Amino acid sequence: MLLQEVAAAGAHPLSGTVATWMWLLPLLPLAGFVLNGALALAATYRRGPSDPTVHADHTHGAGHDTGHAGTAHPDHDTAHHAPTRHRYAGLVSIIGPAVLFAAFGLALSIFGAMTRVDHLEQPFVQRYFTWMATGDLRIDAAFQLDQLSMIMVLVITGVGALIHLFSIGYMRDDPGYPRFFAYLNLFVFFMLVLVLGASYPVMFIGWEGVGLCSYLLIGFWFSDTANADAGKKAFIVNRIGDFGFLIAMFLLYAHIASLDFVGISQRAADLAPGIVTAICLFLFLGCAGKSAQIPLYVWLPDAMAGPTPVSALIHAATMVTAGVYLVARSAVLFALSPVASLTVAVVGALTALLAATIGLKQWDIKRVLAYSTVSQLGYMFVGVGVGAYTAGIFHLVTHAFFKALLFLGSGSVIFAMHRAYHATHSHADAQDMRNMGGLRRYLPWTFALMWIATLAIAGIPLFSGFFSKDEILAGVFARAGHSTLADVSWFGIPGNVLLYAIYGIGLFTALLTAIYMTRMMLYTFHGPNRTGETERSHLAEAPWVMTLPLVVLGVLSAIGGWLNIPELMRFLGPPQWLHHWLDPVVGAPALAVTGGAPVHLTHQTEYMLIGAAVVIAVAGILFAVARLKPARLVPKAQAVPERGFARVLANKWYVDELYDRSVVRPLVGGSRRLLWTVTDKWLIDGLLVNGSARLTGFFGRIGSYWQTGNVSTYAWAIVIGVLVVLGAFTLR
Amino acid sequence: MIQEALFFSAVLFIIGVVGVLTRRNAIIIFMCVELMLNAVNLSFVALSRLYGIAGQVFVIFVMTVAAAEAAVGLAIIISIFRHHENVDLRNINLLRG
Repeated sequence: MLLQEVAAAGAHPLSGTVATWMWLLPLLPLAGFVLNGALALAATYRRGPSDPTVHADHTHGAGHDTGHAGTAHPDHDTAHHAPTRHRYAGLVSIIGPAVLFAAFGLALSIFGAMTRVDHLEQPFVQRYFTWMATGDLRIDAAFQLDQLSMIMVLVITGVGALIHLFSIGYMRDDPGYPRFFAYLNLFVFFMLVLVLGASYPVMFIGWEGVGLCSYLLIGFWFSDTANADAGKKAFIVNRIGDFGFLIAMFLLYAHIASLDFVGISQRAADLAPGIVTAICLFLFLGCAGKSAQIPLYVWLPDAMAGPTPVSALIHAATMVTAGVYLVARSAVLFALSPVASLTVAVVGALTALLAATIGLKQWDIKRVLAYSTVSQLGYMFVGVGVGAYTAGIFHLVTHAFFKALLFLGSGSVIFAMHRAYHATHSHADAQDMRNMGGLRRYLPWTFALMWIATLAIAGIPLFSGFFSKDEILAGVFARAGHSTLADVSWFGIPGNVLLYAIYGIGLFTALLTAIYMTRMMLYTFHGPNRTGETERSHLAEAPWVMTLPLVVLGVLSAIGGWLNIPELMRFLGPPQWLHHWLDPVVGAPALAVTGGAPVHLTHQTEYMLIGAAVVIAVAGILFAVARLKPARLVPKAQAVPERGFARVLANKWYVDELYDRSVVRPLVGGSRRLLWTVTDKWLIDGLLVNGSARLTGFFGRIGSYWQTGNVSTYAWAIVIGVLVVLGAFTLR
Repeated sequence: MIQEALFFSAVLFIIGVVGVLTRRNAIIIFMCVELMLNAVNLSFVALSRLYGIAGQVFVIFVMTVAAAEAAVGLAIIISIFRHHENVDLRNINLLRG
C-alpha cells in the first residue's frame, strides 16, 4: 500500500549505500543467540543440566543479585575456590560481544552514510516479505531507517556492546554463562526490531520480544523463588500495558486502515480528535507498562533481581526507554491531541517525583538506581509529553550513558563485595550500602567514574545530564507560555497552570535526584568501611574487562551533552546538533504543538532557568554532604528500622502493599472462589464433566441390565423382534 | 405341490426356532440352527420352480457357509467344553453387563 508508493516514488538517497544492509543489524545478535543457545544446550546435553540449584546456598538474602552467582559444587569446602567456568565459556565470550561490536560497527557506517546525504526528509523503508495479508489489511515485514531509529540503534548497539564486554567479567563463573549471553543477544535482536520496525505490528514483535527477554533475564537465577517471582511480576504488569498498545493498533486500523508509520503520518489528520486522544492514551498505557510509569512502575525495582548487566542494559539504558521512543515515533498522533500529551507529561512528572522520594531512603544500591531510573524515565516522558521530542530523546541518550555507567559501577561494587564475602564464607548482603562505605580506597576507578555519572545525573554543568535535563525543563517552561497544550484544560485545570506545576515538580525532583545520588555515593564510597575486618583485605577492583566499559561510558557521560548544546552556549561548539538531526522526524509535530513557530525564550529567561537548575543541583549535593554522615552508619545486621516518614519512604509509599490489597488479593480471592470453586470445580468439573459422566453411566446401567450374557435371552430377543417386524408388515 | 413344500419348510423352521429357544445344550442348539438353515434351503429349492434357477444357486451357497460355520462352531464348542467340562449355555455368560 503506502509502503509500496514510497518505494516506487523513486530511488531513496540511501538506496545503494550501506544502509541497504540494515537487515543485518538485528540478524547479527540473532545469530549470536542461536550460536550461544546451541552451546548452552550442547553442554546440557553432554553432562546434565548446566544450572545446578546449589547456587542458592550462596545468595545473600532473597531477591538479591549475587555477583558471580554460585559454584557448581555443592561441597562447599573441597571445591570452594576452584573456578567453575562453563566448558564453552571461552567461545561464548567471543561470540556474544563480537556480534554486538559488529552490529555497532555496521550501525556506525550506516550513520556515516546518512550524514553524507543532504536533506534526508523521507524515511528509508525496506520491505522484505508480506507478513500477513487478510482482507484489506496487509502488513509487511519491513524495516524503516530514519534519524530517530538511527540514534536508537547507535545507543542500543553501542551501550549494548560495552555491557556485553562487562558481562564477560561479571558472569564468568556462572554455570549458566552461555544461556546468559544467548538471552542478552536475543534481547538486542528484539530491541533492534522494535526500533527499526516500519509499522506498529512489526514494532510490537520487538516490543513483546524484549518483554520476554526481560522476563527470562530477571529470572535468570530462577532456582531462587524471589527472582522467578520478580520475572513474573515484570511480565504480568507489562501485559497490562501491551493490552493498551494492541487496542491503539486496532483503533488505528479501524479508523485510518493503516498501521505503518509512513501511512499514518499521511493520514493522521483524518482522525477525529476524540479518536486521536483515545489512540494516544492507549499507546501511553503501553508506554507506562514498558517504561515503568505510574501506575505500572512497580515491576522495575523488583526487576533488579536479575544480574546487574541486565539491569544496566535492559532496565536502564534500552528497553525501558522504548516507551519514550514510542511516543516520539508517534509524535504525529500525540501532537494532534493536547489532552493526551498533557496526560503523558503529568504522569511523567508525578512518576519522577514519586520515584525520587522513594530513592531517598533505599539501602540496596541497585534499588536506589532502579528508582532513579523510574524517575529519569518520568523526565523523558515530561519532555516528549510537552512536545519537546528532541529533548526527550536527548535525555534518553544521555541517560543511557550515565545510568548504564551507574549500574555497571554498582555491578563492579557488588562484584567486589560478593567476592570478599565469598572468600570469607560470610552471608552478609553484598548489595546493601550499610555494608559498604569507604570503598574509594579499594575501587578507585569505579569510584571516580561513578562520581562522573552522579554529577551527570544531578545536572552539574557541562556533564551530559545537565544539558538534557535543562532542555526538558526549559521546554516545559517555554510551552507553558505558548503552545496548544497551554490552551486546553485538563480535568478542569488550565494547561498553562499545569505546565508551570510540571516545571516546578521537575525542578524539585532535580533537587531530590542530587540528594539521593550523593547519598548513594557517600554511603558507598566515603566514610569508614563497614564490610568487616576480614573481608576488607579481599576488596579489590574488578578485572580490566569490566573497568574498560566503565571508562568508555564515563567519557560519554561527561561529553554526551555536546550532542545538543543549547543555542545560548554556542561558544562550546556547534549548537543543537541532535535537534537538527531529528528535525525531519519530529520537527513538524513539535512545531504543531507550539502553534507553528518554534518556541523562543529570551536569553534572560533562559539564563534564569539554567541558573535555577544549577543552583538546585549544587544545593542538593551540598545538602546531602552536609546532612548525611556516613561515619554514623552501622552495618545492616545492626541497623534499626526507620521511623515516621522515613519509614513510609523506605517502604516505597506502601504502593506494593496497596496493589496487593486492592488488586492482587481480590483477584486471587475472586479467582479462587468464583472462577476456581464455583466455575471450575462446581460448574465445569462437577456439572459438565462428572454430570455428563453420571448421566451416561445411568443409561449404561439401564442398558446393561438387559445384557445377561446368556445366549438364549438374545435368541428370544431376536425372535420376538422378528415377530414384531413381521407382524407390523402383515397386520398393517 | 409347492404349498406342501413350503408348509414343511415352515414346520422345520419353527422346530428349529423352538429348539434354539428352549434347549440349553450347545450341540443341540447348533443342530437346531442347522435345521433352520435347511428349512430355508428347502423353501429356496421349492420356489426355484417358480422363479428360476437362482434359488438353487443360493442353496449351494448356504450349504457352503453352513459347512464352514459348522467347522468353526464345533471348534468353539469343543474349546468351551475343554474349559467348562460341559456345554450348558446357562454357564456361559461372560458378556453379562
